[in-house]
Amino acid sequence: MQIEILLFGILRDVVGENKLSRQVMSGITLETLRHDLLNTFPALAHYKNYSIAVNEAYAENGYTIQENDVVALIPPVSGG
Amino acid sequence: MNSSILITKEKLNLQVCYDFVQDPSCGGIALFVGTVRNATKAKEVTLLDFSTYKPMAAKEMQKIADMALLDFDILKIAIHHAEGALQIGDIPVIIAVSSPHRKAAFAACQFAIDTLKETVPIWKKEHFVDGEVWVNATP
Repeated sequence: MQIEILLFGILRDVVGENKLSRQVMSGITLETLRHDLLNTFPALAHYKNYSIAVNEAYAENGYTIQENDVVALIPPVSGG
Repeated sequence: MNSSILITKEKLNLQVCYDFVQDPSCGGIALFVGTVRNATKAKEVTLLDFSTYKPMAAKEMQKIADMALLDFDILKIAIHHAEGALQIGDIPVIIAVSSPHRKAAFAACQFAIDTLKETVPIWKKEHFVDGEVWVNATP
């Protein structure tokens, strides 16, 4: 299935895009997605401590991605 | 509504936050105002650029407000955050809390700003004379 991945902060600079469209196997977990992204973008190795949000809420690595989920990579926040 | 959440490109307004939380039943209002400082580790900062994952940031700010209203003896809370480029002395964040008694207002205000800095998806990029850097980006 096709998913969209939103990028923010430094991860935007690392990947060079605001948004990625990506073909993934159905049943894929966020943990596997992390590995896949690292293979595509080796520079992510320096920024492994990012969180992942699904549908605008923080999600655990074991979460299984569903069709039409909005996935976002959240580097360490620095608001305030 | 006992909470006011705002993310805006406009200048934040302290009076708006104050007026929102003010209430005759309250004996105190605590305000936290974040301001852009002119240096990081002795290096001169020229401006800070705040970017947000806006819909999620608004939801996380609302969660903080809801938790504060539940866990502390407070009446109202406002959490306002700016986005875009801010100059030295500008205000990126305001938290206002009203309560019958001061102790809860102080505690809730501190809880809100501390939690915001940990969970709300907002990022600042510091601009220096000779370059720029994302704050906290690497461990």
